[in-house]
Amino acid sequence: VNAVPVALPDSEPAGPLTGPSPAGGAARARGDDRRRRDLAALALRVRERCLRLTAGDGSFIGASLSCTDLLVHLYSRVLNVHPDTVDDPDRDYLLLSKGHDVPALYATLAELGFFPAPLLAHHLRTTGSTDWRPSRSVPGVELHSGSLGHLLAVGIGIALDIRMRGGRNRVFVVLDDGGLDEGSVWESCLVAAAQHLDNLVAVVASNGLRATCRTEELLPLEPLPARFEAFGWACRTVDGHSFAGLDEAFAALAEPPDRPTAVVARTAWGKGVPSLEDLADRRFARFTDLEVEALVRELHGDGPAPLVSERKVVQ
Amino acid sequence: VSAPATYEQALLALATQRDDVVVLTADNRAHVPRVPEFLSPRFIDFGICTQTMVGAAAGLALRGRTPVVHAVATSLTLRAFELIRTDIGIPQLPLKLVGFVPGLLSEVDRPTHQAIDDVAVMRAIPGMQVLCPADLGELVKALPQVVASPAPAYVRYTDAPAAVEHNAPFVIGKAEVLSQEEGVSILTYGPLLREAEQARQVLVARGVPVHLVNMRSLEPVDEQAILDAVGPAELVVTLEDRFGRGGLHTIVAETCLTHRFAPRVLGLHEELSGARVAERILNVLCDREAGA
Repeated sequence: VNAVPVALPDSEPAGPLTGPSPAGGAARARGDDRRRRDLAALALRVRERCLRLTAGDGSFIGASLSCTDLLVHLYSRVLNVHPDTVDDPDRDYLLLSKGHDVPALYATLAELGFFPAPLLAHHLRTTGSTDWRPSRSVPGVELHSGSLGHLLAVGIGIALDIRMRGGRNRVFVVLDDGGLDEGSVWESCLVAAAQHLDNLVAVVASNGLRATCRTEELLPLEPLPARFEAFGWACRTVDGHSFAGLDEAFAALAEPPDRPTAVVARTAWGKGVPSLEDLADRRFARFTDLEVEALVRELHGDGPAPLVSERKVVQ
Repeated sequence: VSAPATYEQALLALATQRDDVVVLTADNRAHVPRVPEFLSPRFIDFGICTQTMVGAAAGLALRGRTPVVHAVATSLTLRAFELIRTDIGIPQLPLKLVGFVPGLLSEVDRPTHQAIDDVAVMRAIPGMQVLCPADLGELVKALPQVVASPAPAYVRYTDAPAAVEHNAPFVIGKAEVLSQEEGVSILTYGPLLREAEQARQVLVARGVPVHLVNMRSLEPVDEQAILDAVGPAELVVTLEDRFGRGGLHTIVAETCLTHRFAPRVLGLHEELSGARVAERILNVLCDREAGA
């Protein structure tokens, strides 16, 4: 599952996985289809785990579901890191700057064997380490986060050291569009471009919602790609729920060379569970056990889950 | 090879011995002008991106480096405070923050540049060493220890000439007792040691015995040195170039409370010349002024 990324032909269309692959041949296309089905199945298991983490004292479910396909794809197809290499200096790094969607990270790491999945049953308990923000004591987590606008700077330091040592590994920092409000992000964009850090990738999980409203309503930042390009970054935009599109976006990094790359992944808040999709007041949720079971059924194709829990607009 | 005479020479000597040392600055090379030429690519200038510099220093430390980070003390400790607290303090990364023009040294820049709260905010981070050498010689001697320690540290930079003849080597967590008498105990740190020594001379000439302590290290602090100074003293004086709150005056108060002492304490942090310090002390001793 942690294969080194395989470059797909540039002409491979993003979106639905139908039709022939023009350059890769039929066998290769079948292989790609199978891999993407595997990724979709993995993403489904991750989403189910995310939903289960909303029981009890709850979690930030909206962003977790929007980020799931992205994290599943990165850990399965892009990042050169697996459970045996979490301390290997030659590993690829993923830093989750938007720490509140950590259920998706924990569920992905658990599914891929970075730590035993039963640990997730201790969510928010003093007996466990998995809380509302990432903890470095969980295998696979590089650094705690949650205060927005920090980890692009930390990623710059890691990328600088990798370059000083002549390493070929890369640093991926997952940002959220709301978190781009923080001035420190743009300060870091200046530095990364000035340092020509082509081993640094900012992945913007752009779900279009912030704590209380549409991201753009409060502080407009679109068009995001133009912003990054103006700061001297290479930038590409991708459907953050299309594994084919993500394959393409991450296959051709460092183009043009000597620049950091931003991948703006357009995602949908609450993706996969229509009862939660695109709802700011379901950003954070504490669901009853019955609601969780109904949401899991909805995830697997059943009708809308009847939700009676209070809607929350929380920070 | 002669011993390093400047901070920069000491830093370069360390960087030559230890390839984990990287030197960062935020557009301020006043005290490290030749480091880029000798150390590149282990020297990185971030421009005035102080937050990014501190965050990147955390990233470098996660990769096994020991970053020595430079900026004007106010920007370093205040602009980047949340990153220092969160990305360095919580994981206890071995970063060395060196603040230029600390305290009131930047007097003519007016309040924007006066680092009079740096000690208080750095001390508020658990595990953060706060080190205040009195002069350049102390700073140069302290640097290898500071870099070798696994703890994060904030160092108040100084290039002041020595005002006293030191009698004890610089050790993190240890104060230096310069005169051991029962009467007035003066505790201070940094270049103000010069003024404290002048005050001591005035007081001694007036027949007042003075116990003088160069604190050097405010975190970890030498509690025993404070207790030894407080115990027999008629008056305890803290002298510092910063706000009264959160610094040495507070440290002495905390130490006294813990050990159930209630000494008479005069906290001086505004009038800092040796002559005026001596005058204030004499006023208190003659009951012309109440001790704090």
